[in-house]
Amino acid sequence: MTDFNTIIEAIDSSLNSMMPHSAAVLVECILAAVCAIGAYLVFAIIMIYMERKVCAAFQCRVGPDRVGKWGILQVFSDVFKMLIKEIIDIKNSDRILYNLAPFLVVMSSLITFSCLPFARGLQVLDFNIGIFFIMAASSFGILGILLAGWSSNNKFSMIGAIRSGGQMISYELSMGLSILTLVVLSGSMQISELVEDQTRGWFIFRGHIPAVIAFIMYIISGNAETNRAPFDLPEAESELTAGFHTEYSGMGFGLFYVAEFMNMFIIAGIASTIFLGGWAPFYISGLDGFNEAMCWIPGIVWFLGKTFFVIWLLMWIRWTFPRLRIDQVLVLEWKYMVPIGLLNLLIMTICVVMGWTF
Amino acid sequence: MSINLVIFSGLALVMVIAALFAVTSSKIMRATTLLLFVLFGTAGLYFMLHYAFLGAVQITVYAGGIVVLLIFAVLLLGKGSVDITQTSMRRYLAGTITALTGMITTIYLIITTDFSAGNFTATDVPMKQLGEALMGTEKYNYILPFEVMSVLLLACTVGAILIARKK
Repeated sequence: MTDFNTIIEAIDSSLNSMMPHSAAVLVECILAAVCAIGAYLVFAIIMIYMERKVCAAFQCRVGPDRVGKWGILQVFSDVFKMLIKEIIDIKNSDRILYNLAPFLVVMSSLITFSCLPFARGLQVLDFNIGIFFIMAASSFGILGILLAGWSSNNKFSMIGAIRSGGQMISYELSMGLSILTLVVLSGSMQISELVEDQTRGWFIFRGHIPAVIAFIMYIISGNAETNRAPFDLPEAESELTAGFHTEYSGMGFGLFYVAEFMNMFIIAGIASTIFLGGWAPFYISGLDGFNEAMCWIPGIVWFLGKTFFVIWLLMWIRWTFPRLRIDQVLVLEWKYMVPIGLLNLLIMTICVVMGWTF
Repeated sequence: MSINLVIFSGLALVMVIAALFAVTSSKIMRATTLLLFVLFGTAGLYFMLHYAFLGAVQITVYAGGIVVLLIFAVLLLGKGSVDITQTSMRRYLAGTITALTGMITTIYLIITTDFSAGNFTATDVPMKQLGEALMGTEKYNYILPFEVMSVLLLACTVGAILIARKK
């Protein structure tokens, strides 16, 4: 398998030979940031196109097919449309917070995005508490939504923001519990170590029953965290127009839109990292020839393949189930998901202590 | 000038400016948002010192917990745009005493503590060591505070349920 560490070390040493150390660090920081933002935008474009096509397939339609071959330029024309929209000033709104809110949401998802391991060594942030840092960074995106709802001076936005806040804070709990279950199995929180450990079997197979339960819980709470159907009450269009981003036009709306799609990508990326092995190829102990053949496929293909598989699962859920009521959403979380999550954590701990994992 | 000093100056500048505006801002929502940037700056300092765990806890507990709670409270009270500069004399007095006490304590600690560079080594603390210190029963371990904290949280949860269920 290709190891990106060697490439990155080569860039590092060549930069250090050209300029003083502090300048080299600065240049490296800028390069890493540019690459992360570039990848963020590219995946956002792919996701928006994919959402339109998958949605069309589930509703027995063709989807966009007018702009470019198979409609592949649809996203670019959407962005162009958003750029030429008028930016509306809202009366009696807090201008500073109104303009700050979308950036908080994007900042949170961009920091989380840079923790994803795309291949061995191809990762921007790799702390020894990696998974916990992801939870921390994704927890303040909610602030942007609350501020957007409040500063718009609109009752629909406000109700949307409060619904979104209550829902996201609740579902963070069961998401944390399902991640914790896998941390118990692996014994590490560092993302690179988590994936390295899975080169001898993905966690969803090695942790068998509790890992599968944790995966299902993670998918449900991930759907709720991204405010997508069946948990899309914060932007329920039939009651709240567009929820917390009703008053945003142009690129302000665009940033919320991109952040929502990228949060789905991040949820799917973390799911593929901790459950499905990240860039680790498929491994069956004993079948050496098969494992050798699997190792020929580069890690980045494995990671993106698994991530887009999980994204497709999330889209399937989104276009299949009807919207829940707010009391149903909260009952599902507090009366079912949290107790099941705690019990599942206990089962996993017993399995690990008794050595019942693979 | 080393790159650490540049990063530290940047963080410190952001924190001081945000703190000043948070105190002087007349709108509670803006003050809360500016407080958020002060807390981010503190987390940044922890990351600079390689205390990644403490930094992540700072972001989760303060940015993702306390500030969200504050904003929720302001939203539910519907006082987000109320001018908060007009307060009574008693509050001014109480605020001044609290601020002075905090300032004197901080200055005393800064003067009496030895901050020379030799006392500090920037190393990542492994998760395992942290977990064992948190759950251990020996000297410099934290099982008792941890348990006291969980009892306190349980009492808070029971109290919240009691208030919410009041008929």
